[in-house]
Amino acid sequence: MIIKILGSGCPNCKKLEANVRQAVKELNIEAVIEKVENMQEIMAYGVMRLPAMVIDGQVKSMGKLLSSEEVKKYF
Amino acid sequence: MTVFQEIGDFIVYQILGMKWLNDLIGNLIQWLFGESFASGLWGEAIHFFIYDFIKIGLLLCFLIFIISYIQSFFPPERTKKILSRYHGIWANTLGALLGTVTPFCSCSSIPIFIGFTRAGLSTGVTFSFLISSPLVDMGALVLLTSIFGYSVAFTYVVVGLILAIVGGTIIEKTGLGKYIEPFVTEGADITVEGPKPTIKERLIYSKDQMLSTYKKVVLYIVIGVIIGAVIHNLIPATWIESVLGANNPLSVIYATVIGVPIYADIFGTIPVAEALYAKGAGLGTILAFMMSVTTLSLPSFIMLKKVVKWKLLLSFIGIVMAGIIIIGYAFNGLEYLFIK
Repeated sequence: MIIKILGSGCPNCKKLEANVRQAVKELNIEAVIEKVENMQEIMAYGVMRLPAMVIDGQVKSMGKLLSSEEVKKYF
Repeated sequence: MTVFQEIGDFIVYQILGMKWLNDLIGNLIQWLFGESFASGLWGEAIHFFIYDFIKIGLLLCFLIFIISYIQSFFPPERTKKILSRYHGIWANTLGALLGTVTPFCSCSSIPIFIGFTRAGLSTGVTFSFLISSPLVDMGALVLLTSIFGYSVAFTYVVVGLILAIVGGTIIEKTGLGKYIEPFVTEGADITVEGPKPTIKERLIYSKDQMLSTYKKVVLYIVIGVIIGAVIHNLIPATWIESVLGANNPLSVIYATVIGVPIYADIFGTIPVAEALYAKGAGLGTILAFMMSVTTLSLPSFIMLKKVVKWKLLLSFIGIVMAGIIIIGYAFNGLEYLFIK
């Protein structure tokens, strides 16, 4: 599973990345977590609200700081 | 006095203005520290601080909740789709209107700018949206009503929208819109739409927005209320009147220029505005200050600079400042129409 966190470096983007890492660790699953800050790459997903979470190429959430519990629901 | 007037006054003074809270805190301070302290300089300053802090906090939480619920129906993807169907002044008008209801945080301003541009929206329309979004805030409307009454609040919204429409249109018509960074247009217009939220999800979203907004702006409110309390009780009215009063011809320009580098949430500027007004500053001067603080700020310039060129950024700042100054003078000139 490849999880991408799209964000421009704002506080919520960093918090979301931390929550995703925690969720992956707690569930003990195999996942590659990648932070995307490049605006061109972010726009290629059609996302206008940050932070966003993309799992295996699919946009799962936009403009929401998901808690680690909420993140788990998307795995 | 008619029944309607009485109901209107009750809403303005007791529900929005929370006069009962003011009286309650006044009595409490008197009871705890005695009459001479309560009516002294510090007693009154503390009274003003506690009253304003609680009042603004309560109104803010209530408003953010309601507004977030409405905003959950207008994500930027939807706004983009609606706006791309209109052209010319109608697109600017709609852009300014949707700017007031589309949830907007500064970290999303660049993706929104790029997304709108790639969807074929003209730069002028995007600017109408970007000007009105921080300027005409529905929460600010209700707070303004609680301090200055309906007519001022309503007029603030109307002139704010006009500023957004005219500002965007000028950028459009003068051809300044082409001065954007090339990478903005180099890419396809892609739209993803999330699943439609349920009522429960909208309510949870509203609650989360309320809590995070309160946490974010509470510091601004405290600082704003402290400055307000100081102005309210420690600075002589004659000073403020001579610098910011309607009779000083330069007051509006001072207020606008001072407001540009200051970055604060509209909820933090309102207690300052309230205190300045009570001390004799002109109504137009105060509105100019508020508009300048909320719309023009260093962080937003730095953001915008990533997507537009200097020429457009400086024109944007110039146009908005000129608009705010005109609005300020108009309000000072017509003040007698609003405040009885």
